[in-house]
Amino acid sequence: MRTLWLVVRRFLFLILVIWSASTITFIIPRFSPRSAIRERFALLARNGGFSPGDLEKIITAMQTQFGLDKPLLQQYVDYMSGVLRLDFGYSLNKYPSTVIDLISQALPWTLGLLLVTTILSFLIGNLLGAIAAWPKAPQWLRAVATPFVLLTGVPPVLMGVLLLFFVGFRLKLLPLGGAYSIGVIPNWSWGFALDMAQHQILPALALIFGSVGGWVLSMRGMGITIQGEDYVNFAEHKGLDGVSIFRDYYLRNALLPQVTGFALALGTVVTSAIIIESIFFLPGIGTLLQDAIKSNDFPVIYGIVLFITITVATLMVAMEFVYPLIDPRIRKQ
Amino acid sequence: MMSEVLSDRPTTSRTSALSARPSGPEPVLRVQNLEVTYYTDAGRAKALDDVSFTLSAGEKLGMVGESGSGKSTLALAMMRMIKPPGRIEAGRVIVGDTDLTGLDDDAMRKARLSKIAYIPQGAMNSLNPVMRIGAQMVDAVKSHMNGESRSSIGDRCAHALKSVDLDASVFRMYAHELSGGMKQRVCIAIGILLNPQVIIADEPTSALDVVTQRQVMETIDRVQKEINAAVILIGHDMGLMAQFVDKVAVMYAGRLVEVSTVREMFTDPKHPYARALISSLPNLDNKGVFQGIPGLAPSLLRLPTGCAFHPRCTHAMDICGTTRPEVRMLASGRVVTCHLFNEEA
Ligand SMILES: Nc1ncnc2c1ncn2[C@@H]1O[C@H](COP(=O)(O)OP(=O)(O)OP(=O)(O)O)[C@@H](O)[C@H]1O
Ligand SMILES: [Mg+2]
Repeated sequence: MRTLWLVVRRFLFLILVIWSASTITFIIPRFSPRSAIRERFALLARNGGFSPGDLEKIITAMQTQFGLDKPLLQQYVDYMSGVLRLDFGYSLNKYPSTVIDLISQALPWTLGLLLVTTILSFLIGNLLGAIAAWPKAPQWLRAVATPFVLLTGVPPVLMGVLLLFFVGFRLKLLPLGGAYSIGVIPNWSWGFALDMAQHQILPALALIFGSVGGWVLSMRGMGITIQGEDYVNFAEHKGLDGVSIFRDYYLRNALLPQVTGFALALGTVVTSAIIIESIFFLPGIGTLLQDAIKSNDFPVIYGIVLFITITVATLMVAMEFVYPLIDPRIRKQ
Repeated sequence: MMSEVLSDRPTTSRTSALSARPSGPEPVLRVQNLEVTYYTDAGRAKALDDVSFTLSAGEKLGMVGESGSGKSTLALAMMRMIKPPGRIEAGRVIVGDTDLTGLDDDAMRKARLSKIAYIPQGAMNSLNPVMRIGAQMVDAVKSHMNGESRSSIGDRCAHALKSVDLDASVFRMYAHELSGGMKQRVCIAIGILLNPQVIIADEPTSALDVVTQRQVMETIDRVQKEINAAVILIGHDMGLMAQFVDKVAVMYAGRLVEVSTVREMFTDPKHPYARALISSLPNLDNKGVFQGIPGLAPSLLRLPTGCAFHPRCTHAMDICGTTRPEVRMLASGRVVTCHLFNEEA
C-alpha cells in the first residue's frame, strides 16, 4: 500500500516536472519580443532569396501553418498534446523534418558514445578509487588511480585537442574526426563498424580521462570511511578471503552513494556531448543543438531542452525505484 | 596489614612457569609475553606489555580494566589483527597445539573463526547492512570448508541460530530488521559456527538493557558449554561478569596486574588496583558513598616509571617508583604483578 502510494507520488512528480518544463518552453518563445520565423526569413531575404516585399506574406503564411494565429489557449492545448506524443513540431531550418525526427537521428550517436563512456568511467573510476583506499591492496595497484586524479584538472576541450594533436595528428594512429571515413557509405558490414569504432576511440578517451578522476576522488573518500566500519573488520575476523571482503563488504557498501552520483552524471551527458561532438566533428545531440542555436532554429532548441528535461526527470524517478533494490534499508521505509 | 598481604608466599617469577600450572587439564589457550606497541605521531604507546595467561577448555575468563587499558588490543593481538600503526612486538599465542604466531597469513586466516573466534566490540555495526544475515553466515563457513555441500552449510547455520535462541527466519533478514540484542546473538552465532576452541567476546553486552544483557550472557554461557570452548569475556561490569566467569583478569595500562578466581577476586583481591576496583562496586552496606579510584589512568605515552599504578596506589613504596614489578604466581595459583608480594618486600 505504501509502495503504491510512493509510486503514485513519484509519478505525479514526474508529470509536474514535464508539465512545468513544457509550459516554460511554450511561454518563452511566445512572449519574447523576437520572432523565430521573422528572424529566419529576414536572414533569407537579406541573402537575396526573395524580395523583402514578400517577407510579410511569407511570415503570415508560415504563422498560419504553425498555428500561431490561433488563440493562445488553443495553441497551448495543441502544444501540450503534442508534447504528450513527443511531437515537438517542425524544424525551421530543416523543414519539413520534425524536431523529434532530428532528435531520434542524432540520439543514437550521442547515446552510443556518451552512455558507454559514462558507464566505463563509472566502473573504472570507482574500482580504482576503491582500490586506492584499500590498505591491503598492493602499493603499485593503489597508485594507478593517481594519474587519473591529476587529469581531472585538465578541461575537456583541452583534453580533446591534446589527444587529437598527439595521437591523431602527430602519431597518425587514429582518425582526426568525423563519425566515419569520408567517402564511405554507411552500411551494415564489419568493415564499416570497425571504421566507426576507430572514429569513436579518441572522443571516448577524452571523455573517460576527463571523468574517471572525479569518480576516483569521491570513491576514495567513501572507501576510507567504509574500510574502518565494524562490519568490514568483523568480516576479517570471520577469516574471509581478501577478495570476498573487498567485494561483498567494502565495495558494495561504498558504491551505494555513488549510484546516485551516476544518475546525476547521466544528466550532464548533453553538456559533454556539445563539447566533444564539436571538437571531433561527430553527429549527435550536441551538434544538433549547436546548429540549431546558430541558425535560430527555435523549435529544435526547445525540443532538445524539453527532451533532456524529460529524460533526466524520468531517470531520477527511475533511480528511486532502483535504489531499494541495492540498499535493503530503503525498502522498509 | 602487610603480614596479611604477604600470607601468600610468591613462588617463581617469569611467565614460563605460569603456563605450567600444577592442577587442571592441558590448557587450550596459552598467551605468552604478548607485547603490542602503537607507533603514533605523538610517540610510542606500549598498549600490551608482557601479557601472559592460560585457559583450559570450558574455562571462562573475565577481562576487566579501565577504558584504554588494552583489553581490545589483547583480543586483536590474539587474532593477529593489530593494524598499523600498531605492531605485535613479541610473544606467542598458542591455541591447542597450534602456535598462531608462527602461521603464514593464509593459515592464520583459516585459523580465525575455526580455532579462535572474536565477537567484536560494537556488534551493533558488525553486520553488513546490504547482505542477508544468512549470506553472512554462509560465506564464513564456505571460506573455511571448501567443498562443503549446500545443505550441510545450511544445517550448520540453522543450528548456530538455534543455539543462540534466534528464529530460523532471521536467516533471511537484514541487520536493520533486528534489535540490538538480536544482532549481538547473530554475532555470537557466527562466532560458534565452526566450533572454535577459543571464543573472545569483546563487551558483548555494553549497548544492551539489563534484561537483554542477562539473556546474552546466558546465551554465551550455554553455547560455551555446548562446544566446550574456552571463553574470554571482556567487559566493565564486574557484577554481571561475576555471575558468569570462573576467573577474572584485571588489566592496567597494558599489563595484567592480577588473575584470580571469581571467589578470590571478590573476597580477597590482592593487587591494590584490583582492591580499589572491588571496593568501588556498589553494595547495600556502603549505599550512597561512591568510592572511586583517585587519580586518572595514565597516558600510555608517558607511563610512570616503575609500576604504572604507583601514583594512584595507597600502598606505594619506594621501590614502586623505580622498579617495574615482575609477574608473580602465588602459591595458590593466583597471578599478581605487584611489589607487595615480592619475597623481600
Ligand atoms: N589504532 C590505534 N592507534 C593508536 N593507539 C591505539 C590504537 N588502538 C588503540 N590504541 C591505544 O591503545 C590503548 C588500548 O586500547 P584498547 O582499545 O585496547 O582499550 P580497551 O581496554 O579495549 O578500552 P575500552 O574499554 O574503551 O574498549 C589505548 O590507550 C589506545 O589509545
Ligand atoms: Mg575495547
